[in-house]
Amino acid sequence: MRWLLLKDLRILGRSPLLVALLVLYPIVIATLIGFAISRGPDKPRVAFYNGVPASANVIELGGERIDLSKQSQGLFHAIDPVRVKSRREAIQKVRDGDVLGALVIPANIATKLQTGLQPGSVEVYYNAEDPAKKQFVENTIRSQVQIANAALTKRIADESLRLLSLIRDGGSYSFLGRDFQVLGLKRSEQILRKAARDLPRGGSVGAQVQGVIGFARLARDNLSFSDDVLNVVGEPIRVRSTVINGGTTSLSSFAVALAVAVSMMFVTLLLAAGSLALEREENAFARLVRGLVSRTGLLLEKAGLAAICSFAVCLLMLGGLGLFVQLDWSRFPFWLAALAAGTLSFAALGLAIGAITREVRAASLLAFMLALPLAFLALVPSGAVAPALYNVIRVISAIFPFKPALDALDAALNDSGGLGVALLHLAALFVGFATLSRLALRRFA
Amino acid sequence: MELATAAPVLEASGLVKRFGEREALKDVSLSAGRGELVAVIGPNGAGKTTLLSILAGIQRADAGSVSKSRGEVGWVPQQPALYSKLTVQENLALFARLERVADPAAAVDRMLDLTGLRERSRDQLGVLSGGNRQRVNIAIGLLAEPEVLLLDEPSAALDPRQRERLWEFILRLAGEGTTVVFATHNIQEADRYASRVAVLADGELLFTGPPRELEQVVGTSGLEFEAAFVAFLHQQGH
Repeated sequence: MRWLLLKDLRILGRSPLLVALLVLYPIVIATLIGFAISRGPDKPRVAFYNGVPASANVIELGGERIDLSKQSQGLFHAIDPVRVKSRREAIQKVRDGDVLGALVIPANIATKLQTGLQPGSVEVYYNAEDPAKKQFVENTIRSQVQIANAALTKRIADESLRLLSLIRDGGSYSFLGRDFQVLGLKRSEQILRKAARDLPRGGSVGAQVQGVIGFARLARDNLSFSDDVLNVVGEPIRVRSTVINGGTTSLSSFAVALAVAVSMMFVTLLLAAGSLALEREENAFARLVRGLVSRTGLLLEKAGLAAICSFAVCLLMLGGLGLFVQLDWSRFPFWLAALAAGTLSFAALGLAIGAITREVRAASLLAFMLALPLAFLALVPSGAVAPALYNVIRVISAIFPFKPALDALDAALNDSGGLGVALLHLAALFVGFATLSRLALRRFA
Repeated sequence: MELATAAPVLEASGLVKRFGEREALKDVSLSAGRGELVAVIGPNGAGKTTLLSILAGIQRADAGSVSKSRGEVGWVPQQPALYSKLTVQENLALFARLERVADPAAAVDRMLDLTGLRERSRDQLGVLSGGNRQRVNIAIGLLAEPEVLLLDEPSAALDPRQRERLWEFILRLAGEGTTVVFATHNIQEADRYASRVAVLADGELLFTGPPRELEQVVGTSGLEFEAAFVAFLHQQGH
């Protein structure tokens, strides 16, 4: 068997273009997929006109100074702002297609916010020629305005709380540069109680003062609930995230696992399918199985060839990606286990393809046709399609090695759990596809 | 019908092979003695390649048996079964090792001399002519020094000069005691080189014996052997 393996390696060595394509193509595809899932869309160009004069950017809300220009900084992380000098220029840029949208902040927004009586508003103009980007601009601006709203609401709620606390407990208060001393309900109640003691018992004035004391106590007790109420108003809904399925893998680490899985799939499938089909195309198969090597031995040799080459390519790829993405090298033995199981499983599938198609070109074509949909299906998230369709996708993904190989690599690289299950899954697929390819060899010669 | 020889080194009896409903071989028995050159001839679809494949052990017969006295049976398929990216020497060395020849290097050396391809030994098979490839193809069948060599259409796709050299090579092997059984479409080659012919048609073995005997059976000794062969097939209803 080793002589056959050496023969195949020698033949590969004499096909440098094929080897280069076999290695470079999947790496390029894998890198593109990795980039596609780990990078967001480009920042859209949005015209930005701030009609608020620089001197009016800072407003005083309940005695606190708020710089409105700082509220727009978050937005600029998500868009590429093109600053313009007027509303008209902003709209013209949208019409001309120079920008995807325009955001106009009117001059009166500061005044409206400062009075607290009218809500401020911003104007947004879209170019809808590219629906995907339009949606992105719309969502980005909306979310940033929501964030600004939430921040202002919280500040207003905080300020209201401070004022209520002042009414309840008393203290000093500053307004328009002047300081005031506020007595507060608590102190008022104490003063009234003291005064009531000096009043004649049973008198009408005493009864009225007792009524005011009761009101002060009731108001103070009820105002103590306002803290909680206003805190809820300031931030009505909080987000508390809990991961149900899947690990804590970062997007870049997952992209590494995905890139390696894609490369593994292409290299192993093409090598296994092609090298087996080549034995028939060269008419050597019949001569080999006449007693020189058993059919099972030939399959094992081809599986070994494809798995060894793919293993080496994937390991090199991980080493290279490790220069750019932080990988946990202490899990290296797990990487090896995932790579070995994944490459062998793909090799068995490749052998089945080669045995069924019996021609190198047909085998390569079928391997390509099978590989890309398998990769895309494995990446469909739950909830993205109807439940019944998702179940079908899960079944299809489970009977081919891509999804379990990706799971195994993710678990090995990122400690996301489930490595044992994924390895067992791959082992079962190896046995299944190896059996299928052995059966297909009956009509191979 | 049986083709019998005095001291058979290869013997097949009652071979039957079916492909679905079709019977490719119908109770075919054949034997060949040491140093004999036996040609299996017949029209397309007669079952020649199937018969050789069963004798070579590539296919199993549905009924009947094949026995050989001792030693290996070399097999040379119609299409060269070689690796075009390997050189002549590498192909020979690979199969010598797979055949577990005691001294692969010596066997390769011997085959390079036998085929007259020593000067081309470092050339990849892909750049050789069809005739030279066929010589390497036959050499691989001989690596294990088999007592019987089975050749399927050995001269197909060769030009006359290449054919002449190939037959010189095969006759030399037979002269050295190798039994050669070959299937061919080329009736003139069978007449010229075979000591006996076996005529197959529709899976039936219709005749075995020397070419001249076939002419006598037909009763047209004045005709060319090819004409006698065609007349024989007509007589037999094929």
